[in-house]
Amino acid sequence: MLELVIVSTLNGVLYGMLLFLMASGLTLIFSMMGVLNFAHASFYMLGAFFGYQISQWAGFWVALVLAPLLVGGIGALVERFALRNVHRHGHVPELLFTFGLAYVIEEVAQMVWGKLPVDFRAPAALDFSAFTIFSTNYPAYKMFMLFTAICIFAALLAVLTRTRTGLIIQAALTHPDMVAMLGHNVPRVFMLVFGVGTGLAAIAGVIAGPALVTQASMAGLLGPILFVVVVIGGLGSLAGAFIASLLIGLVQTFGVALNVSLADLFGAFGITVGPGSALSEIWTVTIAQIAPILPYLLLVLVLIFRPTGLLGTRDT
Amino acid sequence: MSEVAKSADWTGPVPAAGGALRGYAVWIAAALAFLVVPYVFSSGAGLTMLSLMGIMIVFTLSYNMLLGQTGMLSFGHAVYYGLGAFFAVHAMNAVTRAGLPVPVIAIPLVGGLAGLVFGIIFGSVSTRRGGTAFAMISLGLAELVASSANILRGFFGGEEGITTNRTKLLPVLGLNFGPQLQVYFLIAAWCLLCMIAMYAITRTPLGRMCNAVRENPERAQFVGYNPQTVRFIAFPLSGFFAGIAGALAAINFEIVNSSYVGLGQSGVVLLAAYIGGVGYFVGPVIGAIIVTYLQVMLSDVTAIWQLYFGLLFIVIVMFAPNGIAGLLAMHQPLWRAGVLHRLVPAYLVGLAPLAVMTLGAILAIEMAHRFAARASDGPDMAFLRIPLDVTRPLPWLVAAAMTIGGLLLFRRTWPYVASAWNEATITARGRGEHL
Amino acid sequence: MMNLRQALIGAASLIALTVPAVAAETVKIAFIDPLSGGAASTGENGLKHYQYLAEFLNGKQSDYKFEVTGYDNKVNPQESLVAAQKAIDAGIRIITQGNGSSVAAALLDFVQKYNDRNPGKEIVYLNYAAVDPVLTNEKCSYWHFRYDANSDIKMEALTNFMKGRQNIKKVYLINQDYSFGHAVRTAARKMIGEKRPDIQIVGDEVTPLQKVTDFAPYISKIKASGADSIITGNWAQDWNLLIKAAADAGLQADFYTYYAGGAGGPTVAKQTGLADRIFQITEGIANIDHKESREFEKAFRPKVGSSVLYPRAVNEMNALLKALQEAKSTDPKKFAPKLETTKMEAFNGGEAFMRADDHQFFQPMYISSFGPLSGDMPYDEEGTGWGWKLIGKVDAKDTVVPTTCKMNRPS
Repeated sequence: MLELVIVSTLNGVLYGMLLFLMASGLTLIFSMMGVLNFAHASFYMLGAFFGYQISQWAGFWVALVLAPLLVGGIGALVERFALRNVHRHGHVPELLFTFGLAYVIEEVAQMVWGKLPVDFRAPAALDFSAFTIFSTNYPAYKMFMLFTAICIFAALLAVLTRTRTGLIIQAALTHPDMVAMLGHNVPRVFMLVFGVGTGLAAIAGVIAGPALVTQASMAGLLGPILFVVVVIGGLGSLAGAFIASLLIGLVQTFGVALNVSLADLFGAFGITVGPGSALSEIWTVTIAQIAPILPYLLLVLVLIFRPTGLLGTRDT
Repeated sequence: MSEVAKSADWTGPVPAAGGALRGYAVWIAAALAFLVVPYVFSSGAGLTMLSLMGIMIVFTLSYNMLLGQTGMLSFGHAVYYGLGAFFAVHAMNAVTRAGLPVPVIAIPLVGGLAGLVFGIIFGSVSTRRGGTAFAMISLGLAELVASSANILRGFFGGEEGITTNRTKLLPVLGLNFGPQLQVYFLIAAWCLLCMIAMYAITRTPLGRMCNAVRENPERAQFVGYNPQTVRFIAFPLSGFFAGIAGALAAINFEIVNSSYVGLGQSGVVLLAAYIGGVGYFVGPVIGAIIVTYLQVMLSDVTAIWQLYFGLLFIVIVMFAPNGIAGLLAMHQPLWRAGVLHRLVPAYLVGLAPLAVMTLGAILAIEMAHRFAARASDGPDMAFLRIPLDVTRPLPWLVAAAMTIGGLLLFRRTWPYVASAWNEATITARGRGEHL
Repeated sequence: MMNLRQALIGAASLIALTVPAVAAETVKIAFIDPLSGGAASTGENGLKHYQYLAEFLNGKQSDYKFEVTGYDNKVNPQESLVAAQKAIDAGIRIITQGNGSSVAAALLDFVQKYNDRNPGKEIVYLNYAAVDPVLTNEKCSYWHFRYDANSDIKMEALTNFMKGRQNIKKVYLINQDYSFGHAVRTAARKMIGEKRPDIQIVGDEVTPLQKVTDFAPYISKIKASGADSIITGNWAQDWNLLIKAAADAGLQADFYTYYAGGAGGPTVAKQTGLADRIFQITEGIANIDHKESREFEKAFRPKVGSSVLYPRAVNEMNALLKALQEAKSTDPKKFAPKLETTKMEAFNGGEAFMRADDHQFFQPMYISSFGPLSGDMPYDEEGTGWGWKLIGKVDAKDTVVPTTCKMNRPS
């Protein structure tokens, strides 16, 4: 029992940190500009592919630095030349634009790198087992992911609350017109934020690429969960995104570990449902089977009872 | 969300004496079109495509009741479409098993009812908030329903879905609805009915209040209507028509599976509504026709149809955010004033470089695809039946020249088009149009 | 005396007599599978298989000229029906499909209804990869012919092989939560229980289809159970991520799979370094010591750019040709009876036959393990340097499973 709890907690935290790496950028963009960036997962995928390509030529560590810069640059350009024009038409067109962008990026990635997974490996320096708990190995690479995610969180928090740029960004969040009138170049701030946001997604891609499979379809896997994380955490709150990622990571991991179904629960009280009845399927489904959809259930519940999210500072 | 539909002209000018007949003329013309068109596109695939268009028109119009009319962006509208389809198919099987005298033409009502009921259930939780919260709840609900399709196998049929046989129900006037032509007419009849019904709703006070809630919920409250209540009424109504569309699809394909409730289906209807233009009643109709056509035909023409879909979307969003109906509506005052024909020469002049540019871009994309992704298919390909070799520089240069040259020439024509517009606008104003 | 003109006419008629009376008849086949989107690599690969086979068979005989047209169904059952309609409009009467039992079920239903409603215009559906057993049991149809061993057959062959391996003591089942995954686990439980009651089944897990990104928690459960063998029907990313997580966590167990050899699988398997621990059950592999199949493989790989991933497609096309030749007609109504009684030599050697009761094709099955090339193994997979090594063969007659099909035959 203890083994299960410790192992699941560790797995849950690791998975949650991966989610946070990606969600941090999306939170920034979403809370700053109100743009629901459907293409965020596509930038994550681009980061993974750029990371793969650059690591083929120059090694993993160079890729870790260069790929996010490149992808962030692309993001900034997209914002400057396309999103800005669409912004004045309203939120729905912005969202739809990122929708179309997601399609386009995925197809282009498929054209360049093909549809099959590519051989993106963890760097040799990290390719050993860090420690073993209860006969399960934890590769050092996963520890590295954990470490990076925490560093990024700390850095982002520091930048947003301690530096001047961060304060301007926070102000533009709630009072964009006032900030503009004070002489700050709000469009430039937006471009910076979008670039940084997509760059963060790219870092997540470079790091997650070797751990998960690097493939053109990887965006679709993680896309919806990202939104769940950001919305549950609350708009405008980085700490909220951090907590929500951990929460979802733990919920999904613990959910998988539990083979409990309603039948087991109620069976202990002697209440049973026959196998042929209409309810039998819901009765016998185990939590493990529905673990990947628990986040959506959480999303609906949070939105009903607390629409601003857990730590949100802005009503949606 | 409301900014997009701001220019919506839902009422139109007050009809003059003969105007009432003109209003009906549109519907008579539509009915005639429905009657004639299957004889023009009479192949098997053609009839299927027309049937699909009919279904999509109902579905997209129902979606626009939420998006365009009431300003509610939903990512999970396919839930009601799919649930309507599932209930319809189970009803058809039950009717066949019990031998009840229920004809196929009544089955869409079952789907509609299912959509209505689930619209009420899910609407009670979703419509409490508007805006992004509503959109996210709809996304969460859609994922939940789509995932539960795998768990509740008895109802959703697992992967194989549920099949049925439409010819086993009570025949009507000797028609058993086996042949696709008969199915088409069933769908067309229901489509026309639903279009009239949904249009009628837009003319009722409820429809007006929906528009009001879309524009300014706070002000709607001042008038005495709770925006939440208005949304809560609009939501199940739109679910009702979505359910009818789902039931029609169930009758057409005779199989319903979990992809009916999936996010993909929700995405397609959003695309269709937006491309057509959410601010106009006829917008979703246009969007449904175009998107269905592309969905059916585009994948035969090119393997990277997803790219073109995405690009089309981006182009519409950036350059025509009011959709195709919006573009057409822009010309309406000019047409009423009788000066539309003056734009034709200017448009022709502008169209030529635009066509060249588009062709050049498509050529470049197709060649890039062949070069990068399908290298193993060999370097020879044919574009518009002209053979070319992607490893040679000549086709690339031609593509680049067409794209860049076309773009530059196109930009040159803008002042000409603008001045033609100016002249036409001035004349139209002189004839009493408000522009 | 013959003048020049008469001689010429005589010569011409002599020549005319030697020209074959009938030119090659065109046989059009529609290949309906995903050619775009996530599953496109599998579909495109399948299309190339059939196009190569069409060319190959056209070169070997001149009675029939095969023409394969690809239709993209985007793994969507409704799109597949539209694609079938388009194929019918183009005059095609043979459909082949494989990816996705949901699509297969929809097509089977459509073909049956179409043939019922349009007598004289029948079409026939050759299924090359949809393995849900239900298609040749409850939903069987006269116009559907399945050339892939269904999942029960594969489990029968696999468990016959496992029967003899004494080192297997504890088995963990992990599968995808949909009809195929459930078919695998149900068959596994039943057949292991019958053949090796001493084997303990220490876990029976189902994961949501294509939704799991991190298999680490599942691997922890497997480790905790002490299993030495894992049976899984997982494919594509559900397999790739599972095996990666297993390698990361240092899981020491054997994996008995259906689809470890699918596109992309060998690359991931090599990455994990788990040599000779991954087994698969298939109807053929490249390294089998059979002259004709090795030659075919040799010519196939450079042209198509992949290994022969579907030996059953070769069997299917050979069976089709045989039936056409026996019936001397391209009308499905006439050659279907020949298709259902096919007896032939399988692609890798050994006897293969079609069972008329349910239209399920039986062919020899092979168990192979993935590891570094050694001995008489000329072929590796996906350029990794590792290949499939033959471990065991199960003859077609030992793979037969009973059927509940009650087929409605046309009068």
